[in-house]
Amino acid sequence: MEFHNRSVISIRDFCRDELEFILNKAQEVKQGRWPDALKGKTLATLFFEPSTRTRLSFEAAMVAMGGRVIGFADSAVSSTKKGESLADTIRTVTGYCDVIVLRHSIEGAARWAADVASVPVINAGDGANQHPTQTMLDLFTIREETGRLDNLRVGMLGDLKHGRTVHSLAKALSFFDVKQVFISPLSLRMPEHLLEELRGQDASFEEIEDISQLSQPLDVLYVTRIQKERFDDFQEYEKVAGSYRLDREAIKRLGPECRIMHPLPRVDEISTDVDSTAGAIYFRQAHNGVPVRQALLGLVTGSIK
Amino acid sequence: MSEDRVRKVYAIERGTVIDHIPSPRALKVVEILGVKQEGILTIGINFKSEKLGRKDIVKVENLKLTESVTNRLALVAPTATINIIENGKVVEKRKITVPEEFRGLLRCPNPNCITNREKVTTIFIREGQPPRFTVRCRFCERLYFHPEELLV
Repeated sequence: MEFHNRSVISIRDFCRDELEFILNKAQEVKQGRWPDALKGKTLATLFFEPSTRTRLSFEAAMVAMGGRVIGFADSAVSSTKKGESLADTIRTVTGYCDVIVLRHSIEGAARWAADVASVPVINAGDGANQHPTQTMLDLFTIREETGRLDNLRVGMLGDLKHGRTVHSLAKALSFFDVKQVFISPLSLRMPEHLLEELRGQDASFEEIEDISQLSQPLDVLYVTRIQKERFDDFQEYEKVAGSYRLDREAIKRLGPECRIMHPLPRVDEISTDVDSTAGAIYFRQAHNGVPVRQALLGLVTGSIK
Repeated sequence: MSEDRVRKVYAIERGTVIDHIPSPRALKVVEILGVKQEGILTIGINFKSEKLGRKDIVKVENLKLTESVTNRLALVAPTATINIIENGKVVEKRKITVPEEFRGLLRCPNPNCITNREKVTTIFIREGQPPRFTVRCRFCERLYFHPEELLV
């Protein structure tokens, strides 16, 4: 499977075999099989929008394997402020590095950057559209924690309408034998076009409004935040958000083996008293961002084969 | 009305007949053809059709379709058939082929799409089998159910 010079823009660009190949490489990295694989390579991190976890884990990934990092974490310090186009920024930076990681508020920015760059581009989030490396680390975590990616019941809870992580994860899980349970208030359901796409792939899913309606225990529950700014009425927000808050009492309904995941940052949708339970794996999930991104950086620069 | 005139309205010596247009999209088709001085243009709306229930027909004298125009037609009339007429006879009959991607023909309605922010040629990928299909913006990846509404 050839990944050298390939950009990582959208989960749609990958098939099941390719995703599994990437996860296998991430596993090898985590086991210490590719030390210093990125020695002599330079990563440019172009973060036109702020991010903590994603940027730091990419930088940690590069440094851990002997590579160097250049870049910026705020568009105010780049030439964009002087009116430079994204295409020109990319054409310039492409000469300074072996791989680019880009986060931008405009949707499609990463695809466009990959079209004009002569080095591979990894999308670290383009507006509300895609964040493929998040999905890959989610898959990696599910596989690591449950030992498989088939024969699973995975729930997604919260704002399923606006969350790009759940859209992308739902799409990726449809490649596997996974029953997906979408749990959200009616006003924040998974978008119909996405459900239509899942139906077209014969993916198995159901929609419910509350975890009390779960008919069978879950293997994984993926929690997302319900954002205040999505509601016109503050009281309505309080009511909805309150009923989707997870605490020790609520997680009893999920089943004894259920792992709880969250893309972070968390605000108050998972009570801190859940953190010490066996199923709380969201911090381990965040840590897995490093080996998964190491594997991707290695694969697209041709350093890992 | 002279006999010659009658013949020109109902049949043409040379030109293109676009048949099986889903009714009532004939005027949309004419808009896409952008016909100016080719010759007589005949529009028939609301014919009975076994395939479509109702269909429209557009006949244009002396017109040859370019690829770009055919691709646009595919969006509003994916069921259409094209008949090329020479010396009063059909010399070529073909169905419209709906391309797998549309370059520079459509505009993405998403204001936050890069194609509306920088000088980028739009590309839309067809999903589904014609005549029923949707298009997805290659850049912001949004899915659109009425591609014909995105025509530039």
